[in-house]
Amino acid sequence: MAKKVAFLQGNEAAAHGALYAGCKFFAGYPITPSTEVAEVMSIELPKIGGKFIQMEDEIGAMAALLGGSLAGVKALTSTSGPGLSLKQELIGYGCIAEIPCVIVNVMRGGPSTGMPTGPSQSDIMCAKWGTHGDHPAICLVPASVQEVFEETVRAFNLAEKYRTPVMIMPDEIVAHMRERIVFPEPGELEVIDRTAPSVTPDKYKPYDTSFGDVPPLAAFGSGYKFHVTGLNKMQDGFPTTKAEIVQAEEERQVRKVEANKADIMKWEEYQIDDADVVVVAYGSTSRSARFAVDEARRAGIKAGLFRPITFWPFPEERLLEISKKVKGFISPEMSLGMCAGVIKGCIEGNAPVLGIFRVDGEPVNPGQILDKIKEVK
Amino acid sequence: MSRYELRFSGAGGQGLITAGIIMAKAASIYEGRQAVQSQSYGPEARGGASKSEVIISDTIIDYPKITKCDALLAMTQEACTKYSDDLKEGGILLYDSDLVTKLPEGNFKKVGFNIINTAKNDVGREIVANIVALGAMVALTGQVSRENAEKAVLSSVPEAFIELNKKAFNMGFERALAASK
Repeated sequence: MAKKVAFLQGNEAAAHGALYAGCKFFAGYPITPSTEVAEVMSIELPKIGGKFIQMEDEIGAMAALLGGSLAGVKALTSTSGPGLSLKQELIGYGCIAEIPCVIVNVMRGGPSTGMPTGPSQSDIMCAKWGTHGDHPAICLVPASVQEVFEETVRAFNLAEKYRTPVMIMPDEIVAHMRERIVFPEPGELEVIDRTAPSVTPDKYKPYDTSFGDVPPLAAFGSGYKFHVTGLNKMQDGFPTTKAEIVQAEEERQVRKVEANKADIMKWEEYQIDDADVVVVAYGSTSRSARFAVDEARRAGIKAGLFRPITFWPFPEERLLEISKKVKGFISPEMSLGMCAGVIKGCIEGNAPVLGIFRVDGEPVNPGQILDKIKEVK
Repeated sequence: MSRYELRFSGAGGQGLITAGIIMAKAASIYEGRQAVQSQSYGPEARGGASKSEVIISDTIIDYPKITKCDALLAMTQEACTKYSDDLKEGGILLYDSDLVTKLPEGNFKKVGFNIINTAKNDVGREIVANIVALGAMVALTGQVSRENAEKAVLSSVPEAFIELNKKAFNMGFERALAASK
């Protein structure tokens, strides 16, 4: 049978990806340019016995999301810059209490209300350091409508596997553009569910590290009772200030991602092998970059594209390796050097990083990137 | 290069984003080619400059926005002035002849007819002006067949308005052919 195809927006694909992953709960507060995610979920969830709730504001939505997930269902929210800022306190809560959930954040111009309908990539540091304290961060940055679908499924998988909030951050262009999408059949993409406890309720501890760095999570309402708090906690979930426990738990929470980087990181290399100039670009900007790389190759310049699909954790080791063989990097981005700074942080000064930074609501176009490629000597 | 770039521009509320989506859908779903549609608009629900861009190609489309415009639809003077700068030599400008009176200089084909009034008086509803314009763009650009474009139109509108949209699409197609002679 022919697969189902449709002509969809990135935002619609995110919602369908969530449904494919088994999401049964959406809590949100509508905000441009992410609203279509909520729209689709509000239509589709009731049909499959799921629940959709529009909360009073963004932090309320985040609270509902954490509660829904603790009750045992896969939970999604969607927002954009100002909403992401408002959610931060409870994103940190999700990190320390180790509650899986997925946050779609469509990047628009900021700070504050900024440019609601304009594209941006300037929330990328907020995905890592928006909430305070040491915590794990996973952030995915798809570049096409099909990839939004697939990466949303992967976002749920990573959230469930590592028991932590995961962000997926298309820029406004990827979120609003429409392309043909081929829906994967059920079973075609891997779908991971959180590990359920293997012990009886009387023996259950929500942070029992004898099961490894990611302890099984019981569902509230299933007979397992446990304590959840934003304070540093012991294995039974109750607060503690005991130095060695706090240190060990903090390290474990971060280690869940750090020790599993190889599983979480994902990137694409295009024409990298013999490249003198490597453009590092993600999201819609990577599409401009690929266009420019092809043009440069036609002009006899050895250019390549390195495209992070997982932004956090960042593929530092691979870029360091590449940096030893190239004359320079280009960082085209819809922010004032956030990505360039991250690249500089991992290449030990091996090559210059030239930036093209646009925050005027327009995409970095291929011509700009081609001109910059030509500047690398 | 098979890459072909179209821009549907006018004022917010004229349905130009919808027209762009249907054109892209015709190419991508019904014609089996590659297509990407993107849009930019202001915060207003009505008014303000609005544009929808469609790239059609036989190979993978990377950059989803316009580099050099092959065909521009301008439904207001403001849009025509604002968005005609990057129109290609030998390209096509389709405009509403009642609303666009100052035409840009340039070596491209200029085709105008009273698009909105055609919808209002001849089709019967002003609201389908975008579909009249779409029919005209299909006729002028030749990127998708008339049949496939019509299928895309009919699959994108509510059941009760199929006849109205069919009429609008075909009238736009014919008027554009007549006006470009």
